[in-house]
Amino acid sequence: MSRLEARFSQLKATGKKALIPFITAGDPVPDITVDLMQDLVSAGADIIELGVPFSDPMADGPVIQRASERALEHHVSLRDVMQMVSRFRELDNETPVVLMGYLNPIEIMGYETFAAQAAEAGVDGILVVDLPPEEGAELLEAMKGRGLDQIYLIAPTSTPERIKTICDAAGGFVYYVSVKGVTGASHLDLQTVESKLRDIRAVTNLPVGVGFGIKDAQTAAAVSRLADAVVVGSALVSRVEALAEEPEKIGRALEEVIASMRKAMDEV
Amino acid sequence: MSTTAEKIIGTLPDARGHFGPYGGLFVSETLMEPLQELREAYERYMQDEDFLRELDEDLANYVGRPSPIYHARRWSEQLGGAQIYLKREDLNHTGAHKVNNTIGQALLARRMGKTRIIAETGAGQHGVATATVAARLGLECVVYMGAVDIARQEANVYRMRLLGAEVRAVSSGSKTLKDALNEAMRDWVTNVDNTFYIIGTVAGPHPYPAMVRDFQTVIGREAREQMQHQTGRLPDALVACVGGGSNAIGLFYPFLDDQDVKIYGVEAAGNGVDTGLHAAPLCAGKPGVLHGNRTYLMEDSDGQIIETHSISAGLDYPGVGPEHAWLKDSGRANYVAVTDDEALAAFHDLTRIEGIIPALESSHALAYAKKLAPEMKRDQSILINLSGRGDKDMHTVAAREGIEI
Repeated sequence: MSRLEARFSQLKATGKKALIPFITAGDPVPDITVDLMQDLVSAGADIIELGVPFSDPMADGPVIQRASERALEHHVSLRDVMQMVSRFRELDNETPVVLMGYLNPIEIMGYETFAAQAAEAGVDGILVVDLPPEEGAELLEAMKGRGLDQIYLIAPTSTPERIKTICDAAGGFVYYVSVKGVTGASHLDLQTVESKLRDIRAVTNLPVGVGFGIKDAQTAAAVSRLADAVVVGSALVSRVEALAEEPEKIGRALEEVIASMRKAMDEV
Repeated sequence: MSTTAEKIIGTLPDARGHFGPYGGLFVSETLMEPLQELREAYERYMQDEDFLRELDEDLANYVGRPSPIYHARRWSEQLGGAQIYLKREDLNHTGAHKVNNTIGQALLARRMGKTRIIAETGAGQHGVATATVAARLGLECVVYMGAVDIARQEANVYRMRLLGAEVRAVSSGSKTLKDALNEAMRDWVTNVDNTFYIIGTVAGPHPYPAMVRDFQTVIGREAREQMQHQTGRLPDALVACVGGGSNAIGLFYPFLDDQDVKIYGVEAAGNGVDTGLHAAPLCAGKPGVLHGNRTYLMEDSDGQIIETHSISAGLDYPGVGPEHAWLKDSGRANYVAVTDDEALAAFHDLTRIEGIIPALESSHALAYAKKLAPEMKRDQSILINLSGRGDKDMHTVAAREGIEI
């Protein structure tokens, strides 16, 4: 059983929902990332989503874009990110880690090399924002048999046919983007989320995560009533940004956010 | 030349937007459905007589088409080789080829019921061309422009504002065209219900590379006829500058099956391709994925997009249209690069010898033709796409030469 599968079935057994924090690897400095991943887990995170910095993060809002820029000032590469995962794996062999990023760094490394190194580092899933299933067959092939799941986004604009195509190609879980817009946007509409999740569940048994626009414990709790997993990104990354000059304080600040979300979600 | 060569025109891209290994549809899920809608509308209206008539009328009466072909006799004489002809896209309304495409896309937007237009711009020519058609059709218009480009193209920024467009400065990344494109994509993802994104070049996700090409091929269709009419035959060589590559593909495409016509796309070598400070992905880049398509890119060994350098804001882009990537690999077109200095010299040549002030972008094509012409015979001809006029570049040229205006 993969780490992702194990984690979701374990949560299901205890009646809990997964809390998935996102941070950008290497933000604001590279040597802090593994510590932050551990802090997130100890505060109640179930799965870590680790952003791979990219120079042109088209689907991200300004908060996560600036996180990429801070990491790139230290030339954090895809290889570096996988090394961080390796180090994390030496300390924690249970918490699943999903890499989220854009295709070009993977393209230039080569799909086979990337898949082999990711598997060896202990990565569990890959979410490539600009790689729809139509273009993703080759990468999927390289990942096959290596215990790596390809995680796909589903959007408010996805038609029922597309939802089916995506779910058929997906592994691990599917990630519903709760708003039309970039990461960190507002206006999450619970009713739309609820009806879209119904469409998704009609065609897949994979767990469904919801993200984009989850800013606080209250929203996290509300979404966790509907979804199997809650993804929180910009709300954390903006804390990182505020403390970029005092990185020693970041762990504590992220723990506070995650702990309050955990508490609110578990009280549902 | 082979007469049995396979036909190219009409065969690419495939149904999913691929030009060989290039092109495609690399966007986040939110844009997949809107792009499908756009594809359907574009395919439908490109067969719709009423739409095509409206487009043709606008191109004739609003843009001023057909643009003439001008025989640059004095310059040809001085270069001492092939006869140089200029396709005068600089004479179009708004001063460049960009309007051919913005008219087409704006009419499409209106047919699709979209009320808001967004665009990205580098030199400002596409922004101006978009603001112009938006004004005429009464559509709300937002143009994204890198903060660096805003500083070096103030006059165009003012023109866009006069036309009623909101110009939004983009201060992320390298603050140039690529970042403006990122920001426009973000806007589109957020406002996709009422918004039409007019991409200005033959890049981006399918169907943009094919659609923008189709709107720009009016350049090559006219030129092919005009050259036959004026000189009795096809030109021996075509030369056009390539940033994203829309003016170039517009000229090249109708000639692709004319195997005897040599094709040259000219990229910006900036300070020189070997200095690393340039904008020549076809000459010195590698294939990768950016802005929705696979193509040649300027990137580092980690796959990060690197900053480009060119005196010409319109060529300052790290990618290039996927069809050019394919034309390069297939050998049908040759891609070369000229430096800032070479482009400037050609800018002055055309200005002083022919009384035509060219855009700095187009000056790159002129600079390459200047090298090519003397190697050819006097009874041969080169057709250059003079894609824009140079009024917008007065400040850049003056500043470069230490003159304050």
